[in-house]
Amino acid sequence: MKKLLIALVTFIPSLVFAAGPTVPLDEAKVDLHDKASLQRGAQLFMNYCLGCHSLQYARYNRMFEDLGIPEDVGQKNLQFTGEKEGDLITNNMSEEKAGAWFGNPPPDLTNVARVRGPDWIYTYLRSFYRDDSRPFGVNNSVFPNVGMPHVLQELQGLPEKTYEERRIDGEMKKVYVGLKTDGKGRLTESEYDQAMLDLTSFLVYMGEPMKLEQRRMGWFVFGFLLVFTILAWLLKKEFWKDLK
Amino acid sequence: MANKFVEWIDARIPMTKTWNIHLAQYPAPKNFNFWYLFGVLAMLVLVNQILTGVWLTMNYVPSSEGAFASVEYIMRDIDYGWLLRYMHSTGASAFFIVVYLHMFRGMLYGSYQKPRELLWLFGMFIFLVLMAEAFMGYLLPWGQMSYWGAQVIISLFGAIPVIGDDLTLWIRGDYVISGATLNRFFALHVIALPLVLVILVFLHIIALHEVGSNNPDGVPIKKPKGSVPDEEKPKFKFHERFTKKYDIVDAIPFYPYYIVKDLVGIGIFLFLFCYVIFFMPEMGGFFLEPPNFEPANPLKTPEHIAPVWYFTPFYAILRAVPDKLFGVILMFASIVLLALLPWLDRGRVRSIRYRSILHKLNLAVFSVSFLVLGYLGTQPATPTSTMFAQIFTFLYFAFFVLLFFYSKREKTKPVPERVTS
Repeated sequence: MKKLLIALVTFIPSLVFAAGPTVPLDEAKVDLHDKASLQRGAQLFMNYCLGCHSLQYARYNRMFEDLGIPEDVGQKNLQFTGEKEGDLITNNMSEEKAGAWFGNPPPDLTNVARVRGPDWIYTYLRSFYRDDSRPFGVNNSVFPNVGMPHVLQELQGLPEKTYEERRIDGEMKKVYVGLKTDGKGRLTESEYDQAMLDLTSFLVYMGEPMKLEQRRMGWFVFGFLLVFTILAWLLKKEFWKDLK
Repeated sequence: MANKFVEWIDARIPMTKTWNIHLAQYPAPKNFNFWYLFGVLAMLVLVNQILTGVWLTMNYVPSSEGAFASVEYIMRDIDYGWLLRYMHSTGASAFFIVVYLHMFRGMLYGSYQKPRELLWLFGMFIFLVLMAEAFMGYLLPWGQMSYWGAQVIISLFGAIPVIGDDLTLWIRGDYVISGATLNRFFALHVIALPLVLVILVFLHIIALHEVGSNNPDGVPIKKPKGSVPDEEKPKFKFHERFTKKYDIVDAIPFYPYYIVKDLVGIGIFLFLFCYVIFFMPEMGGFFLEPPNFEPANPLKTPEHIAPVWYFTPFYAILRAVPDKLFGVILMFASIVLLALLPWLDRGRVRSIRYRSILHKLNLAVFSVSFLVLGYLGTQPATPTSTMFAQIFTFLYFAFFVLLFFYSKREKTKPVPERVTS
């Protein structure tokens, strides 16, 4: 009986959530070479996200260096909590209290792009909508019943689910056509999309800060291997000549 | 000067003699093909794993509080730490790829047949230890998949009647996977199992060089002493250990001929290996699974728990059976039967080239079953996929049963006296 219960507890969640996200994800066209975009993303993160979400495995000065931000500029504009430049990017939210406030403590986001993928983040950030039944008055179509408020409401405004009357099979029906913002945000729709792409790109960078160096090194390794393999092949041919 | 030095060494340990017996005067059949590359590649990957592993150990923290953060520390703060880690994680998967191909080569050309039974058995032990090594290594990053994968696999031992629950407790050292489990897995992963692995590899090679390599024709290159006229003997000098009892034909010294040939193969292999390391280290979620970038959380079960790809054929067999104990038995049987191949195959013809259509078909169905089971093991179980898993599990086992019955009276093609081309 105990075993059966354990088995049920273990496997039922996998049945419920096996379907994954219910909405199609928009493609995030992340360009890690676009330093300006990454810098804007870092700015958004430090201003809007860091209060709750840490990047506890990454350090400020490494980020400044990778993103081309001079250290004094970075310290003045992106470090708000008096840490040293070599410190990890943490915050002071207590996990216990956060759990009480939001249901779950807000996760660390250092590796979120590797767990969820850039498309998921990009779509998630643009999928909050008004839902008065939720504690914070908003819901998210990518992550239903998420415990997070719409932190970027001052930028985007508050989107609502909108429907259109359409004639289907000769009958007029209400069809869900997507989210439409109330227009009270500081940014236009396309500006907001760009801002979210910046933020997504920053998180992709965070997941693998070595990515560009890694690729660059990869080409050198390929160059070496090409020479090595050609020489090895010539050597083989030379030796095997005696066997003919 | 150099000569004097070698003489000095040789008077004390058999350096030159060992070099000659195992490399410079070791007779290797001249007709090795592509399939004979994977042994040397497995050695290469083993060395890669040991070297990168040693350096990873220098900064890894084996505790449930520190493990995940220390891996991120290696990835972000250690110079080229990411390279070491990706070489190690890619190496684990590469190890299984080359070992599976190496084993398949043995099946293609009947390399397990008499007199190479012990050689095959050492190989199977290497495979078993490798699986344990990989399983324990996968717990160390202490991510979600590390944790829950280990949970699922260890719970399998709970299916054993009477002692099951105590056995899982003994393996974990705790009632759930915990820091105690992590610490013992770390000890086994970095010391005990690599040591056993290296010893087994040594025995594997000693056994190989005692009986000599098989070849794609499955025809012996050792002929009775005095049966081969001098002009047909190869022009190379082989060590008298090999020529004392036999006349050797169609052979070339392993060094330099196969060494230089293997270098080309190693180059091509490294292209693929480095492509993964530098351009797609997760290999689409197969080599590094996305949920494993989240720290282990005993209170949060991932949406879908699947072992890493190299265990999935066996995992699919396990899941195909509704009864857990019988599933575990069947899963272990699928490996034991492979080890018993030298005795299940009662044929006298080794190579697939000269065996019956029936055998070719049987082996083809077996290979397809293995691949399909591997795919099914990565997918969430649905009634349809379970049905397919059952069909292919049946075909997997049917291979051994059929082989046992037809191999004794198999209609084979005439086998040539000497290796071809």
